Amino acid sequence: MNSHTPSAGAKPPADPSPNQRAWRRFRRNPVAMASSFLLGFLVALILVWPLFSRPPFAPHLPRALTHAPNAVSDAQFQPPGPQYWLGTDVHGRDLLSRVFSGARLSLFVGLVGTAVSLVIGVFWGAIAGYCGGRWDAVMMRFVDVLYSMPSIIFVIVLITSLNAVLAKWQSGPAPLPDATARWLQFTALFGGLGAVSWLTMARIVRGQVLSLRHRAFVDASRVLGAGHFRILWHHVLPNVYGLIIVYLTMTIPSIILYESFLSYLGLGIQPPEASLGSLIASGTEQINSIRIYWWLIVFPGGMLALTLLALNFLGDALRDAWDPRSEN
Amino acid sequence: MYFLKRTLFLLPLLLVISFLAFALVRAVPGGPFDRERKPASPEIERNLRAKYHLDQPLWQQYLRYLGGLLHGDFGPSLKYRNHSVGDIIAQGLPVSIALGTAAFCFALGAGIPLGFYTAARRGRWGSYAGSLLAVLAICVPSMVVGPILIMLLAIKLRWFPVALWGSPWHLVLPTLTLGLYFAGRIARLLHAGMLTTLHAEFITTARAKGLGETAVLLKHALPIAVLPVLSYSGPMLADLLTGSFIVENLFQIPGIGVFMVNSSLDRDYTMVVGLVLLYAALLLVLNLLVDFACAALDPRVKYE
Repeated sequence: MNSHTPSAGAKPPADPSPNQRAWRRFRRNPVAMASSFLLGFLVALILVWPLFSRPPFAPHLPRALTHAPNAVSDAQFQPPGPQYWLGTDVHGRDLLSRVFSGARLSLFVGLVGTAVSLVIGVFWGAIAGYCGGRWDAVMMRFVDVLYSMPSIIFVIVLITSLNAVLAKWQSGPAPLPDATARWLQFTALFGGLGAVSWLTMARIVRGQVLSLRHRAFVDASRVLGAGHFRILWHHVLPNVYGLIIVYLTMTIPSIILYESFLSYLGLGIQPPEASLGSLIASGTEQINSIRIYWWLIVFPGGMLALTLLALNFLGDALRDAWDPRSEN
Repeated sequence: MYFLKRTLFLLPLLLVISFLAFALVRAVPGGPFDRERKPASPEIERNLRAKYHLDQPLWQQYLRYLGGLLHGDFGPSLKYRNHSVGDIIAQGLPVSIALGTAAFCFALGAGIPLGFYTAARRGRWGSYAGSLLAVLAICVPSMVVGPILIMLLAIKLRWFPVALWGSPWHLVLPTLTLGLYFAGRIARLLHAGMLTTLHAEFITTARAKGLGETAVLLKHALPIAVLPVLSYSGPMLADLLTGSFIVENLFQIPGIGVFMVNSSLDRDYTMVVGLVLLYAALLLVLNLLVDFACAALDPRVKYE
């Protein structure tokens, strides 16, 4: 994101730009700071954890994956205890490590999916708002039509068709290496998730651009001979950037949720990789009326809820900070 | 006038949506008969395609489908032979509607009091606790709430049946699972709406007249603050009435939410288009009704 705000730049610090004032409000909000710290702590924990899930720190780890999933026993399900802090799963794997790696993947998917929706949404909304008139009408009616269709069907269609193309290619004369194929599968997932969540972003950006495009500073740069692209990119969009950030923070949790739903359906992250959603889904498979393996649901679910909670509070705080009415 | 225009727009809009959905499902590689018992000979496949007119050009199939729609016929299901899409929807929709309505009532019944409470006691600890509760309801997804409720209330304590559909007793856990998220959303919407409304000038006027705090909140602020909740109810009800895959799958409920997912996985073309049309029609009509209600309730709302 660039920061060429018209009023930033050369102005003395005594007269801060709207974005600077927003940041100042944000830093004074205790909820904002608390949620940022919680999120930062979670991310740090998730990123640092692989260093500790090695033999010297975790002596039990080489013993993972020694249980046959079909054996008539439930010895693989160790409840939370001093050795396995969060218990073990259906294959006897340490749930703590699974939850952290699942959270890493969930956050990653959330970020990339949000980036895809950001690019499509901002592009679509900015062009519709900037052109106005008939183009605007056509482009926004298209968004309306997409809004009134169930998004899950889109996602399934997109993901299954991309995967089918991939599978066909793999069975052909020149198959890709497995690692590349897995990445392409991820890409299909990101694309599918991003492609269904750009609609609200497009609406928001379009509304803002529409109201900005006839302001005096836009006319001024047009008179000076600036091209359409330059006006849009350097003069109009920087003024929308606060709102975009706010909305991005709200898109990440919804994409993380959507991915966990897809993983629940078996369309998301494929085993042996895990996301929080697929961990929860494999926990639901183990529900039976004899033994309750509560830790298989509660811990991944708790991690998911904690992540979403932090992101939600962060989004609220950002919105409050950028909302001009909240100035006091 | 505005609403008449929007009502007239409904049909062309649905037509566009039906065409988009029709073209979209056909664009997916693979067909509805891929999961037949293998090996299906080419002759069988060809005959099946001919029976369902899948061998004709796309535009002919679409016109045929539209012709059927005019008679209220959604076409045959390609996956569940001998059942028409209309039959399947007629069987599952009442179940989904019953569950959805229960969840809707729960969401309103829990969300509105919670939102009102947090707004009325703003700045105090009760309000922060209530707001946290609302955010928690949003952040704990139904795929976590459902299993926990089943394990705790159905398996451990044996208060409610674990799954299946039938008595009102079976309705409790699915309703909670489905409605919790929406209750949280409604509580937050009402909270925000109340706070905005309390800054309005007519509230200052009401206070200046010497009205008590309760009367100001209940009689003057609430009717206006509830408008965002009302406009959210449209899409929410459309979501709830067409069923939820997770809840129906967890509790083995025979609704249509499961079909929404499975039909697109099975490439059951007619089923997908039928369900998309159902959802879209529901959403568009509900949105229209909600906007109409908003305009009727709030004299300041104007549509051109």
